[in-house]
Amino acid sequence: MGARGETWLWILQRATAAVLAGAVLVHLATLVYAVRQGLSAAAILARTEGNLAWLGFYLLFATAAALHAGIGLRTVLREATPWRGPSLDLAVLLVAVAIAAAGWRAAFGLFA
Amino acid sequence: MSWPARNHPNYWAFLLHRGSGLLLALFLPLHFWALGTAIEGAARLDGFLRWTSAPLVKLAEIGLVVLLAAHLTGGLRLLAIEFLAWRRWQKTAVALSAGASLAMGLVFLLNLF
Amino acid sequence: MTATLHVSVWRGGAAGSLAAYDVPAQESQTVLDVVTYIQRHLEPTLSYRFACRVGMCGSCAMTVNGVPRWTCRTHVRRVASSGRLELRPLENLPVIKDLAVDMSDFFGKWSRAHGAFAPAAGLGEEFARVAPESPERQAASAGIECIGCGVCYAACDVVRWNDAFLGPAALNRAWTLVNDCRDGDGAARLRAVAGDAGCHACHSQQSCALYCPKQLDPTAAIAGLKRATAKAALWGKL
Repeated sequence: MGARGETWLWILQRATAAVLAGAVLVHLATLVYAVRQGLSAAAILARTEGNLAWLGFYLLFATAAALHAGIGLRTVLREATPWRGPSLDLAVLLVAVAIAAAGWRAAFGLFA
Repeated sequence: MSWPARNHPNYWAFLLHRGSGLLLALFLPLHFWALGTAIEGAARLDGFLRWTSAPLVKLAEIGLVVLLAAHLTGGLRLLAIEFLAWRRWQKTAVALSAGASLAMGLVFLLNLF
Repeated sequence: MTATLHVSVWRGGAAGSLAAYDVPAQESQTVLDVVTYIQRHLEPTLSYRFACRVGMCGSCAMTVNGVPRWTCRTHVRRVASSGRLELRPLENLPVIKDLAVDMSDFFGKWSRAHGAFAPAAGLGEEFARVAPESPERQAASAGIECIGCGVCYAACDVVRWNDAFLGPAALNRAWTLVNDCRDGDGAARLRAVAGDAGCHACHSQQSCALYCPKQLDPTAAIAGLKRATAKAALWGKL
């Protein structure tokens, strides 16, 4: 990947990091609150079912996490192994897509 | 370059950031998959939630929160270096990172027990 | 009774081994004094570099007990508390012989990072006016004292893991030129230092800043390049 591409990946990694910083704090606060209220399926689903705000939040969260993890994995693999080039880029993209798909499935599961 | 040369706070911060990132990247798909599978129905989700009250799972959750906090504060350290162009007080930043990680882990610990 | 230093010194090229020498310990002694003693009295075939002996030229850089240092500015007492010294050539560079390394890659990368001044003005034009207190000039001045000793390059793990990485010294130099209002290389230099042979490969481990004998901060310079290249990319100028 050329200089421009790498620069955009760097920007994207920082942008998703900023999104994740906020999302993780919200997520942890929600968890602490939910645990205190008593953790049950009914309680969780009461909050998330049909709620577009939570759906939007979790879709964004999952997408940002998938991209961030993918870019991070690419960096680590390039430094720790001889693997680099378009084949690595594709492999890492597929991993990111898989993670995002699993996250979206979970988010829609909570919503529907 | 040997370990003595790498034995300084900013290097540990890098190791912590990379290690926590890798572990989180391994954990995340599991988390999504487990949640997505569990919420096919409220009864199944309740069964899953009961499982999460087991002590070993609780311990793992605490570990996860610490990993998350460590990776986040390590990331904040990087953002500070890259965008605020700090110079010599990055060591303080590293210390703060470690402290914040521990604090968040403890907060979760208190809530879980 | 004179105390003795037990000194292990790398002999050979890429393949080789450590040879052991006993050197009389002195009250006040630098590692360069030790190496010189070995070459003059014990092993005339030992190859090593030095020039000024007073911490100005950077020629004497070596790995001392695992850490890259200028041997002329390293007191034995500070690094050999148990009377043992291990001397190896600088890391991340090919070994020519014993303690001397081939600096071609180091300077080749300096060149690839566009580490040379490219004047924007032609001859016969007015003198450039450079405000010394401007943030750009201060950023440039913070990095211009680099004498290319290679300690930062030897200390950097990204250099170790990524052959193509330009390294802290070359990128530090590029940053001083990015901030030089007289320079005209502009976007071409930013393109040269972007990417994962460039600034984006740095993970801010900061061994470079820790070991720089001139207390320079290549990590801060590289952070500056990250900001500059990102801005250029966002404005479509990269």
